Amino acid sequence: MTALGVVGGIAQPVLIVAGSPVLVGVMRQVRAHLEGRAGAGVGQPWRDLRKLFGKEAITPAGTSEMFRAAPLAQVATTLVVALAAPFVTTDSALGVISDLFAVVALLAMGTTVLALAGLDTATAFGGMGASREMTIIALVEPTLLVAIFALSVRVGSTNLTDIVSATLHDPARVASPVSLLAAVALVVVVVAETGRLPVDNPSTHLELTMVHEAMVLEYAGPDLALVELAAATRLAVFLGLLANLFLPWGIATELTPIALAVGILALVVKVGVLGAALAAAEVFMAKLRLFRVPELLAGSFLLALLAVAASFFLA
Amino acid sequence: MALGGSVQIRHVDAGSCNGCEVEIGSAFGPVYDAERYGARLVASPRHADALLVTGVVTRNMAAPLRRTFEAVPGPKLVVAVGDCARNRGVFAGAYGVVGPVSDVVPVDVEIAGCPPRPEAIVEGLRKLTGR
Amino acid sequence: MNSAINTAGAGLGTAGALAVCTALVATAAPARVRPVVGSVGTALTGAAGVAAGIAAVAGQSMSVTLPGVLPLSGVSWTLDALGGLFIAVTGAVAVAGSVYAISYTRSHGLESRGVQAVFPLFVAAMLVVPAAASVGTLLVCWELMALTSLLLVLAEHRQRDEVTDAGRWYAVMTHLGFLAILAGLLTFAAHAGDDSFAALRRAAHTMPPWVAGVVFVATLIGFGSKAGIVPLHAWLARAHPEAPSHVSALMSAGMVNLGIYGIIRVGQDLLGGGPRWWWLLVLALGAVSAVYGILQAAMSTDLKRLLGQSTTENMGLVLVGVGAAGLFATAGQQVLAGLALGAALLHVINHAAFKSLLFLAAGSVLRATGTRDLDNLGGLRAGMPITTGLFGWGALAASALPPGTAFVSEWLLLQALIHGLPSSGGVTSTVTAIAMPVAVAAVALTAGLAVATFIKAFGVGFLAKPRTEAAAQARESPPLMLAGMGLAAAASVVLAVLPGVVLPGIGSAVAAAGVGGESGSARAAAGVVTLRLVGVTGALSPLVLVLALLGASLLTAGVVRAVTAGRVGGARRVARLWDCGGGPLSSRMEYTATSFAEPLQRVFDDVVAPETDVDVDHHEESRYLVRTVEYRRRVPDRIEQRLYQPLLKAVAAWGVAGRGLASGSVHRYLGYGFYTVCALLLLLAVTR
Repeated sequence: MTALGVVGGIAQPVLIVAGSPVLVGVMRQVRAHLEGRAGAGVGQPWRDLRKLFGKEAITPAGTSEMFRAAPLAQVATTLVVALAAPFVTTDSALGVISDLFAVVALLAMGTTVLALAGLDTATAFGGMGASREMTIIALVEPTLLVAIFALSVRVGSTNLTDIVSATLHDPARVASPVSLLAAVALVVVVVAETGRLPVDNPSTHLELTMVHEAMVLEYAGPDLALVELAAATRLAVFLGLLANLFLPWGIATELTPIALAVGILALVVKVGVLGAALAAAEVFMAKLRLFRVPELLAGSFLLALLAVAASFFLA
Repeated sequence: MALGGSVQIRHVDAGSCNGCEVEIGSAFGPVYDAERYGARLVASPRHADALLVTGVVTRNMAAPLRRTFEAVPGPKLVVAVGDCARNRGVFAGAYGVVGPVSDVVPVDVEIAGCPPRPEAIVEGLRKLTGR
Repeated sequence: MNSAINTAGAGLGTAGALAVCTALVATAAPARVRPVVGSVGTALTGAAGVAAGIAAVAGQSMSVTLPGVLPLSGVSWTLDALGGLFIAVTGAVAVAGSVYAISYTRSHGLESRGVQAVFPLFVAAMLVVPAAASVGTLLVCWELMALTSLLLVLAEHRQRDEVTDAGRWYAVMTHLGFLAILAGLLTFAAHAGDDSFAALRRAAHTMPPWVAGVVFVATLIGFGSKAGIVPLHAWLARAHPEAPSHVSALMSAGMVNLGIYGIIRVGQDLLGGGPRWWWLLVLALGAVSAVYGILQAAMSTDLKRLLGQSTTENMGLVLVGVGAAGLFATAGQQVLAGLALGAALLHVINHAAFKSLLFLAAGSVLRATGTRDLDNLGGLRAGMPITTGLFGWGALAASALPPGTAFVSEWLLLQALIHGLPSSGGVTSTVTAIAMPVAVAAVALTAGLAVATFIKAFGVGFLAKPRTEAAAQARESPPLMLAGMGLAAAASVVLAVLPGVVLPGIGSAVAAAGVGGESGSARAAAGVVTLRLVGVTGALSPLVLVLALLGASLLTAGVVRAVTAGRVGGARRVARLWDCGGGPLSSRMEYTATSFAEPLQRVFDDVVAPETDVDVDHHEESRYLVRTVEYRRRVPDRIEQRLYQPLLKAVAAWGVAGRGLASGSVHRYLGYGFYTVCALLLLLAVTR
């Protein structure tokens, strides 16, 4: 645990928690402008959260501690990832858990507790959302782990700090077939895990088209605020990981105010651009039928497998 | 009403002819864009602050409307959209009708019209959001 | 008789003696006291086994040879670190299961002399198999283990018909496996001239490769069927659910490990490693078992059957590690081989801990509700909160998510596989370059499906509302059953948070298997709080992960409380479930296990191929009016249908055809004998 890591460990969670609703706001604004509307402004998600924290807390009759604990657990797992992974600084405050497998598994854990809460509500919608989410998770895992495999092969380690540093020192690596294939595979994974189009529609009202929303139909007030905050921070974390695994330039490698400012600015710009691109792409896409999603995920798995093969045969 | 510029709305059709629904759809569309004032339609009353009730309350929808109102976390508001919701409108005296929305749940904002123009709906929503 | 008695030997001897004494006393004791006597005696046996195992792993080895006990070969036992690890695991599971059984056997009517006397003998047989040091000893102990477990599986055959069917499958398959092991080891011993393991080790160098291959494949078939590896897994999904729950726990968490032990002992230790194709075969079988097992579990709605199929999956993952270790060893990468085998052994230990917890909890549910069908359970949280919490922890531990137990061993396994690729300094060969990514993909798919399976088992079975009257009436288990579960849960918590405590022992076991280089202990990873991989780059600290999660949760909860204090919100209100306003929701509207798994079943339709039955009952007046619709979906085991049924049909057809030979004519029978002798004489004349 170095001083750089400690500073990063404080700056990253604060930045990500504070900035992720703004990211969601930016994405909604991009979508609104492309649809010809004015939109509510980038600060609207924060206004929503502030209002939700002031509302009444409700526990539906018949639910257990699982229902109340799930939003907390989701935010907690995302916070730990924000703390441990390299977003603003290469060194991590908790370097011993800055392992790509551990980070990915933590994020999956966050989804899983929400699925359990969905089942706990004893409604058909909750169960449906949980069932669909678990199917998607099960099919995303192979792509995710094989893509991690591809990324870690050249570096010889799955430690995030090592991977990011290796890419910083060898920029030409980014343009290699391994990187490109792994990047495309991971984009599909990020879309699936964060519940964006074409896998899931975050703003739908039709329950039969819901995956993530169906699990949270019972949440109200502060619980709902935590769920929405968790969704926003997960999106920011996934986009941040995508950005820093493939385009890490700008990340702070030394403990100077300039380097830290550049690191924060770089993260904001990279995640903002990726988010805006994702929102723009969403406008032109329709949601895939649930039973077409495995085809999409199988395609991304094939790309990840090709990335690993490329790392061996093109060594 | 200190909602701070953000109002999530759950629409409930208590027995309308869908004329008001068409106008509400226009109000949230690109031309009138009620969302830019901070109002957003949500899928569940638990997520909502306000109920947007259209239509006269029929016998079958009286209890569901009441249950929807109870499901909304406080502080909550009810907006009655259209003349049917305000005072039975053209369905006054019909056999399947319980009454206007205010007979079933307390109403905070009324939007007049049969159907109300989208600008009137947006104006009513702006009273809620304060933007 | 030559012997070196120390703690290891004394422990094992005590265990054996205790088991026999318990069996005798349990036979003589009156019915009221019998369960307590039998279970306590077995618990002590298990504890002695744990002591012996730990002593052996710590370096004390023991050798005993008793030439007179068995005709022709005598018995000989040698306890080394590899055997000690498996003995310790079995003993620990036996302790937890026996404590549980004190209450469980009383409430399930299992006080009969047969069950209570055979139970300690079963545990004792499992404890001595890893210590066997000659072919004869191993085979006798193996058969003893099979017979005692068969008797225990059949314990409830009077109450249910499926038990007899399960027992029949188990008996046939375990004895076919025994024959395979017999064939393999006897070939080996014939070549070596003597049946002691020391002689076998020496003779391995001079064996022709094809003989070694035959030995390996035969023992792989035999030991693999005991471990529940595809395609010899059919007995596991049948026998484990039908056995009493504490016996299921012992079988799934203790006995299947001995199959793994056999493969490592024969393949790595006795045969000395062997060519690459052996370990590719093991890797392939492991990967297929893992994926197939968890796929079947994901489709299953029977709680104990789900757990049994999950055992196939976990043993498949262990074999992936064993196969990878063998591959690396043949390529000379001893460090990686030690890492892979260490990961496999850690998974054996972890699996024993969480699988025994899960089976014991399933037994509690069975006792409280009378049913194992997830579609009829639910809402158990209200009546059985402690069991729900324990099963919830077990489900987390089994689903390979942090901070669960299986996460650490899967992380180690993935690290071993990832570092095996040539570009990261691993093995330089095309075969490995293809095998490693496929293995990683298989492990990843099983991890994803395992999450779905255990969320289904926990969420549908324990949360939400009860689906039947039986589930609504469930009450918490008696304290001794909770204590047994608590022991298993405590073990899995320790393994999840501080796996470093068992890693030195695993290192000794790996070295005893002949893998991992010249150093005395081939440690996969060093450190207690943080696991740092030895020889390759990689580190993980499960303890820091858990503490970070707890800290983040507390921080979030604190911030939320501070932000919401004194706001308009007020206290938390208990509200009616949002039912879309239409009226109260019945438990029929909840998702069942079948519906939960339906999207997965559609995705894997070609592999799973379920059978659907729809029965529509019409009104007498008109075919347009429907009275009832009954929908039934069965997910049969495809491998059983495609492989076993044709085989059984062929054997039956062969038997029927053979009836033609028994015509009743004495002349014909004399003719058979005459012609057979002529043919034999001809054969001998030609081949001599």
